[in-house]
Amino acid sequence: MTRIFIPKDAAALAVGADKVAKTIAEIASERGKEVTLVRTGSRGMFFLEPLVEVETPAGRIAYGPVAPRDVASLFHADFLAGGAHPLRIGRPEEHPFLARQTRLTFARCGITDPLSLEDYAAHDGWRGLKRALAIGPAAIVTEVTQSGLRGRGGAGFPTGIKWKTVADTQADRKYVVCNADEGDSGTFADRMVMEGDPFMLIEGMTIAALAVGATKGFVYCRSEYPQAIRTFNAALAAARQAGFLGNAVAGAQHRFDIELRVGAGAYVCGEETALLDSLEGKRGIVRAKPPLPAHKGLFRRPTVVNNVLSFAAVPFILAQGAAAYANFGMGRSRGTMPIQIAGNVRHGGLFETAFGLTLGEIVDDIGGGTASGRPVRAVQCGGPLGAYFPPSLFDTPFDYEAFTARDGLVGHGGVVVFDDTVDMAEMARFAMEFCAIESCGKCTPCRIGAVRGKEVIERIMLGSNVEANITLLEDLCQTMKFGSLCALGGFVPYPVMSALRHYPEDFRPRAAAAAAE
Amino acid sequence: MPKTSDFDEGRAQAIIAEHLGLEGSLLPILHAFNEEFGYIDDAAVPHIAAALNLSRAEVHGVLTFYHDFRRAPGGRHTLKICRAEACQSRGSETVARRCLAKLGVGWHDTTPDGELTIEPVYCLGLCASGPAALLDGEPLGLLDEDKLAAAVEEVCEP
Repeated sequence: MTRIFIPKDAAALAVGADKVAKTIAEIASERGKEVTLVRTGSRGMFFLEPLVEVETPAGRIAYGPVAPRDVASLFHADFLAGGAHPLRIGRPEEHPFLARQTRLTFARCGITDPLSLEDYAAHDGWRGLKRALAIGPAAIVTEVTQSGLRGRGGAGFPTGIKWKTVADTQADRKYVVCNADEGDSGTFADRMVMEGDPFMLIEGMTIAALAVGATKGFVYCRSEYPQAIRTFNAALAAARQAGFLGNAVAGAQHRFDIELRVGAGAYVCGEETALLDSLEGKRGIVRAKPPLPAHKGLFRRPTVVNNVLSFAAVPFILAQGAAAYANFGMGRSRGTMPIQIAGNVRHGGLFETAFGLTLGEIVDDIGGGTASGRPVRAVQCGGPLGAYFPPSLFDTPFDYEAFTARDGLVGHGGVVVFDDTVDMAEMARFAMEFCAIESCGKCTPCRIGAVRGKEVIERIMLGSNVEANITLLEDLCQTMKFGSLCALGGFVPYPVMSALRHYPEDFRPRAAAAAAE
Repeated sequence: MPKTSDFDEGRAQAIIAEHLGLEGSLLPILHAFNEEFGYIDDAAVPHIAAALNLSRAEVHGVLTFYHDFRRAPGGRHTLKICRAEACQSRGSETVARRCLAKLGVGWHDTTPDGELTIEPVYCLGLCASGPAALLDGEPLGLLDEDKLAAAVEEVCEP
């Protein structure tokens, strides 16, 4: 009986992983070979998906990217014994893309069956929870604080301080809310956790609940992730069945359960207060702070709101100790960041590493430049509200403070690469258009400014009164930046202004630009 | 998912009753209607409002805030094409434009035979495998004009 591992991550399914699995099963049965197909998460090397791995005495041997028409030749090459084939990658962990990573959060992803409690326990699962139950709430908060973990959703707020605030606030009930509304273009790490290692998120949220005394948890996942929703709901049912959720968490005197809620296509609900309103059954409108969600959050009760990746980092921190996590990183950015390399890039995927790599290393060395083979012209970091970086800024280290110093955002860790065919005025226009579509409508600078901003950029693109309109656009960006409550209206100036600053030639009248060439 | 059926008051009451025990149950209820009928009929609004002790205006406000909730029947199948930056960097806008031109419809439109509704979506988390789309909930990646047309043909009746 040979075990074959094929991802069921959405990015693998999108390029035909199900058809490959079906073909392997069919040909195996025709040839009388006994095989067991295990559907895993993805290793995060999307340029090799569908990646098929075979268990051999020499460890797992990977082949990819495998199309259904390759399967017959794989059997012919005796891939069940790790035989030679043009698609043979060898041991996946020795592939340069994986070998250079430091996988703390994504240690299991792509290796284990996401819904197997046995697999999870056999690969260090629940160790953080066991230690958390042993050391108690105050010591959990201390560990998380000392690890230096900062909110991985984008704002970078110290997680331990947030938890302490909720722990210190008295209330009849408290909540733990996981923000899985991963709307930023160029990001997919939350999705990969929910599809590839869901028990880790359950464990992290349970530890948070123990630390702050919460009894109910919600995961708010965007509706654009149907595979993640399916897998995570199945994981919740399995964890409940096994007693990790419910009236006695892991046999201890603590009640905690988690419910998955599905968003409805509103980007702004990734903002934590809009998310809370949405969970309450309202329009996803941003709330003014204070009160902080840690004091008055979901249903006006003290609430921990953290991103998937923040909760997912917690089991490791508890199991291995704060120092083991804090040893990685630079400056005030401690631990590892799952960087998501996306867009027009040769080697796209998930790259978890300690903070401190430069943007150039990420794009050129690891990403291998553009997929189109043309020169890199721009890189957008931190989602649709993040700045565009030109190659002249590729020496910027991946670190919260270093990015801020260059008017950029680390955000949720997305890096989107564009080649030299990109029109940066069009990207600036799109940023405003997107903001206009997704604005919740609460703040005037965002609701109306985004519409006007799009119109002004359109006038600039037509070459109408360019200098005056650019001044107007800069002024509008200032108003939006300082006059909006949340990051949607407040940060949309980042892509617009960075495009204007680094690519002024794209905002010149088209006729003049063409004549100059 | 690929279905649209007429509003049915009995079924509507049953859906509401199923979800009443949840905290903040309005979104789950609206999702269940969307799922069951393919859209949320205006006739459902007073029932939901009464059950949740909300005004009809409040339910209307939520219903119209979220992109996912349809207020009129759509096509038998739904194609959501990603228009976000990462897919744009890989040429998604050209693929989308040609797909729409070939079907002779615009964004949010349904083909005249009622087979397919096309919606824009801003990120599917398939950002290193774009251009990407979701066809009846199934992910598609590395799309070009032909691959997208073939996928659409496969689900739609001739």
